[in-house]
Parts: sequence; C-alpha cells; structure tokens
Amino acid sequence: MYNRKQAARNPIRLGRVTTTDTGVDSLADVTSSEDRLRRFLLGLPGVDQVGAEARAAALSTRSIKTTAKAYALDLAIQMIDLTTLEGSDTPGKVRALCAKAKRPDPADPTAPQVAAVCVYPDLVATAKFELRGTGINVASVATAFPSGRSSLAIKQQDTRDAVAAGADEVDMVIDRGAFLSGRYGLVFDEIAAIREAAGDTHLKVILETGELVTYDNVRRASWLAMLAGADFIKTSTGKVSPAATLPVTLVMLEAVRDYHEATGLHIGVKPAGGIRTAKDAIKYLVTVNETAGPDWLDPELFRFGASSLLNDLLMQRTKLATGHYPGPDYFTLD
Amino acid sequence: MGRFEYAPAPESRAIVDIKSSYGLFINGAFTEATDGKPFKTVSPASEEVLAEVSEAGPADVDRAVKAARKAYEKVWGPMAGRDRAKYLYRIARLIQERSRELAVLESLDNGKPIRESRDVDLPLVAAHFFYYAGWADKLEYAGAGVDPKPLGVAAQVIPWNFPLMMLAWKIAPALAAGNTVVLKPAETTPLTALAFAEICQQADLPPGVVNIITGAGRTGQALVEHEGVDKVAFTGSTAVGRAIAKSIAGTDKKVTLELGGKAANIVFEDAPIDQTIEGIVNGIFFNQGHVCCAGSRLLVQESVYDEVLARLKRRMGSLRVGDPLDKNTDIGAINSAEQLARIRELSQVGEDEGSERWSPECELPTQGYWFPPTVFTGVSQAHRIAREEIFGPVLSVLTFRTPAEAVEKANNTPFGLSAGVWTEKGSRILWMASQLRAGVVWANTFNRFDPTSPFGGYKESGYGREGGRHGLEAYLAH
Repeated sequence: MYNRKQAARNPIRLGRVTTTDTGVDSLADVTSSEDRLRRFLLGLPGVDQVGAEARAAALSTRSIKTTAKAYALDLAIQMIDLTTLEGSDTPGKVRALCAKAKRPDPADPTAPQVAAVCVYPDLVATAKFELRGTGINVASVATAFPSGRSSLAIKQQDTRDAVAAGADEVDMVIDRGAFLSGRYGLVFDEIAAIREAAGDTHLKVILETGELVTYDNVRRASWLAMLAGADFIKTSTGKVSPAATLPVTLVMLEAVRDYHEATGLHIGVKPAGGIRTAKDAIKYLVTVNETAGPDWLDPELFRFGASSLLNDLLMQRTKLATGHYPGPDYFTLD
Repeated sequence: MGRFEYAPAPESRAIVDIKSSYGLFINGAFTEATDGKPFKTVSPASEEVLAEVSEAGPADVDRAVKAARKAYEKVWGPMAGRDRAKYLYRIARLIQERSRELAVLESLDNGKPIRESRDVDLPLVAAHFFYYAGWADKLEYAGAGVDPKPLGVAAQVIPWNFPLMMLAWKIAPALAAGNTVVLKPAETTPLTALAFAEICQQADLPPGVVNIITGAGRTGQALVEHEGVDKVAFTGSTAVGRAIAKSIAGTDKKVTLELGGKAANIVFEDAPIDQTIEGIVNGIFFNQGHVCCAGSRLLVQESVYDEVLARLKRRMGSLRVGDPLDKNTDIGAINSAEQLARIRELSQVGEDEGSERWSPECELPTQGYWFPPTVFTGVSQAHRIAREEIFGPVLSVLTFRTPAEAVEKANNTPFGLSAGVWTEKGSRILWMASQLRAGVVWANTFNRFDPTSPFGGYKESGYGREGGRHGLEAYLAH
C-alpha cells in the first residue's frame, strides 16, 4: 500500500507546516495494510448527530458586527474558489469569470481578489491565460468528476491533463461506492495514485458528504483522505444535494484539527455548494475560528466553493462601507 | 491575516422599561406593602441598581393568600377547564410576543448571557404555558383519578437561577389544575416575575388567581407557614427545603421540593468525544453553573482521561466570559456577592485539600460579580468539592475504571437530581439509567429540558415531580 512517508516527501507544501516525525511514523503504520487502515478508521471516535448539529447551531448564533464583519467579509472573498462547472461552459464564460475573479467589484478597487477560479480540465488553459500574473490560482476538477465512475487509468490521465494545462490545484472526487462498501484500501490507493499524478499540484479531495450521509462516515473519509495525501478535504461536488452543511464542515474541521495535533501537518477544508449568503459564510468562518482555530482563517487552509456567494459578500461589503444596499444590478453576473 | 476578534454585539436595553420601584401584585393590582422595608435589586454584571422592590411582611402575605383563596373559591376553581386553558394560552402568547424584552430583563437582573435567556429560558417558559394550557380541560386523563380536583391555594417559592422559567414550572401546572397561587421570586431576581404580573393583567386574568409578592427568606417563611395555604412548592437549597418540610409537618399541606444536586456526568471510553466535550461544558458552565442539575462531578474512564482533559481545557479556552447582554457571551456574571463568596470559599477548600485548580486565561470585568470557568483535577470522593453543591462554574474531575465503579461513585452522594452518560453503546445507556439513583438521566446530552418531561430528585434533591403529566399530580387531589 501507499506509504504516508511518500506523501510527506514534500511536507512543507504550505510553507508553514512542521512535521513531527513520530506522528507521521505512527500514522504510517496505520496505512501499512488495508486491515490496519480499516481498524484505524472504524476505531475513530463516533460523532453524535444530535450533538454535532446542536454545536453547529450554537456557533450560528454568534453575532458578527462592525469591524469583525468587515474583516470576515474581506476574508471570505479571498477564500472563494469562484466556480463554474457546467456542460454549457465555454471559453467566453470562463474568461468572464476570470475577469470577475480579478476585479470582483468594478465600483470598488479595494475589494480583494478571490483565491482561485475552478473549472473543468478542458478550460484550464483558458483560465490560466486569463489569470496570468494575478496570483489567482486555477483549480480544476478531475477524476471523472462528479461521479468518479471511471477506471483509475482514466482518472489519472484526467488529472495529468489538468496539470499539463497549467492547473495549480486539482479537485478530485473519491470513489463513494468503494467507500460505502467498506473498501477503504481501494479509496486510499486511488487518492494516493492521483496524488502521484498531480505531482506538486495542490490536491483537494472531494468526499461528497451528501452521499456518505452519516457524520461517522464524514469523519472516516476525512482521515482516509488526509492519510492518503490530501492537501485539502472538500465537502461536495455541488452536483449532489445536500452539498456543504455547517455540521458536516464542523466535523471535517475537527478532523483536520486532530490530524494536526497528531502530525503537525495543516490540512485545508473546503465547503462547496449551497453557500450563497454572506451571513452563511460568516457562520462558517466563526466555526473555523472556534473549531480548528485561527491558523485556518487563511485562504491557504480554508476555501469556499461558490459562485453566487461572491455577489452577496460584495453587496454586504458595500452596505457596511456606505450604509446602504446597492441594487443587484450594480454587481456583475460573472 | 489578523485575528478574528468579535466586535461587541450588545442586545439593546431600550426594549425594557424598568420602573424605579415596584409594589406587591395582590388581587390583580400592584399595591404598596403595608409592613416590611423596600430593598434594591442590582445587575450582578455591573452592581448597578435596577429598581427598588417592596418587601412583603406578614400582613401582606395574609392579604395575598386571602385574595388567592377568594379567587379560588369564586372564580378559578369553579371555572371550566377549557376556559382556564384560554387564559393560559393567552399568557403563553403574550410571553412569546414579549420574549425579547423579557430575555433582556432576565439577563440584566440575573447576569445570565442573553444567548441563554433568549434561546433557552424564554422558549421554555412559553412552551411550559402552552403545554399545561393543553392539559386544563383534560385533567381526568392525567392519571390522577376519574374526577381530579385542585388543591386550593398554592404557595410557591422559587430560586434566582432561572427566575422566569421556575415561575413557569410552578404557575402553569398549578393554574391548569385549577389552583390559585401566591408566588415569591428570589430577592435578587424579582423583576421578570413582576413583569409576568403585568402580563397577567394584560391577559385579563381574574384578580387573585396569580399573586406575586417579593421579599427574602422571612417573606417566604411567612408564606409557606400561612394557614390558608393548601400546597407548598419550593425550589432552592436543601437547607431551606428541610426547614420547609419541618414547618409544614403535621399540617394538611401538600408539598413538593426541588432541591440541590451534585450530578455525575459519566464519560466512557467509547463516547463521541467532540460532542462529549460540548456536553461537559454545557453541563457545568451553562448559566454559570447556577443549575441544580449541573454536571458538577465529571467521572471519566481512566483510559481516556488524558485525552478528555486536554480537549476540555482547549474548549474552555474558547469560552467568552463577560457582558451578559453581549450576544457572543458564553458565561455571564455570578448572581450575587453572597454566591460569589461561596464559590470562592469552596474553590479555596478544593485547593487546600490538594486538588489541582485550572482556569483558562480570561479577563474578568472589574465591576460586578465574576468567576472564571474552573476545573479541579485530582479530586476524590472524599473531597468537599466532590460532595457539596458549589452552584458555580466549577467542575470536579474524578476517574473510574469499570461501569460498576462509575455507578457506585455516581450514586455515592446525598443528592440524586440528575446524571449524564456518554457512550455510543445503547445497551450500556439503558443499564446505567436503571442503576443511577437520579431523577433525570441524560444520555449523550446534558441540561436539556422539555415541558413534557418530568423533573425532580431522589434523596436530598427533594421529592415530587415537575413537568409532564407527573407535574400535574402535584396540584391535584386524588
């Protein structure tokens, strides 16, 4: 099986992580055989559904005002992976989205840029060209997104295509069928193989929590992805309902916090799909702050996979600065 | 990127109109006290005087009991259950309509965070009235005989930790069953009870059905010992409960007592760890630990002790202590200087007895009564902090090795109000619940209340049940 040490060959991916050898070694044992991996994942502490949802609801009641709100809105904008993943996407649509990523609010140059633009592999080159010199990353979904129902060879080739076209970040999907039937080793090996194919490209692993359903599964899949070499764990493709929810994100944040405790490595979290309002985005940031901690309040470690969220953030930002809401027509469609 | 510092988010006080002084609410109107001196109620968060309140002396108590008697005999007792229900529903709706105002008032007078008074206390208060309103015309199905009758006049004395919620627990079932009441709120937290008196006026409740008299221990004593009282209901300390039980011995009065507790919160090695930590925090730091059923003794299986403690301490570090009216405050002010002194004294005893004391770094306001969230480790059953009710944000941590030992330790207390069990194993939850000598056993949660669920204690935690169908029995003659 794939060894975590290989994944840790370049552990300083984020320029901030420190590896504690003991932690990584002990977790390497965990992944030394399918049986051990299975026992480790099934031995993780359970998640009580009622309790997890109550905690998320309690965090949602935080009241973020004035200076705190201004900070949160700007941070949220900088954490957005501005996304278009439609069959109808064209180079024109992607160029428009890139323009929006560079200058989200045409009326206000102080509005920060987003973190990345997320597209299908065949449009990576277009996005890459549009975003040259901006510091905005191009993220590409890969591995037979969104279902992941294809052979490993095709998934690897899909990944290599995206990387060759210039993708800075690859968002892969896990094999949910394999996960749900308990073939954890298969899921692990596949993530590890994509990790190889992606090279040094930032790897986000989409768990598709809407198909995993239980929080116990979310916690296990989070650990599985981290052990297999994920830089980020991501909730959803956006093609399955429910997509990201606050309790699911809470459980994933607990997982990256615990993984950091064990290994010293910082793994990012990306809720994607269904987050449309600034109010919701702020709830997520509060949850990040009070669960994983302030280290994760950074686009290197937390992202929103979203499209319409951006305009609401911009609108609230303008409201905070000027005292009134501009109409929706003052913000660009893409 | 800078830190995410939450800016102050205070709930507005403007919604509350506090009068400079209050009389006694007797026979449907506010009246001057005829004897007894007025006293002040302060905000424990700032020591600011909020209002002056009348002390009811024996003559006032007598007036109130007579008004309740008259209302019981002439109006409320004979009234059809469905008509009593209309009044209770009306009160419940008025509480909902005025819930924001009542929540602010409760936080001001009590010191509890607005997040709790808004999200826990007030919804439960309204729910209690709605629930018992539904019973008023169905009493023959309450399991108290085919034609149950009210008892008459109920004397009700309530504590300061959940002023309005305790009022609801007392008044709603009493009225639904056809009794009339004289209620005395605690001397440090009378304001929401007085606001409730206004709600009774707003609801056109017939005069004398609800009477609210304010005062301290002397007033309470005069009330429960008054010979015109048929029923005594008390929530508060075991010492006062014992005195009440003695004073009514040999009389016809019925009594229910809801007294102290020293609940065990029991964590097994297979517990859902993150939710368990939340449950421990909620168990002891909810309402500053001013909760009779607080999970003040944490029993942790030794095999997970280190992990639980490390996670608990990390979580305690993110608790926000401060202004009760700030919507982001998790822990508010201690209710009174007297209570603060007791918490300090017992915490000192804990240190002196050799337990290790720990609190997260947190700045406490200079004005008002404050105590940081505190955990004691290395505590044994013999320590006073493991036996006595501290009634503050102070947790004592003990360990156990087997389920049987957990049960033994949990039950090894003169109290028996509540307990918590944390495990993913359903069969163990059921076994523990059958073994624990406690009125309420929570499984994988703590400090959850519902009007449909009976609540009450074993042993020195009192007798009788409040809430649910069982709560009606305390106000009905078989």
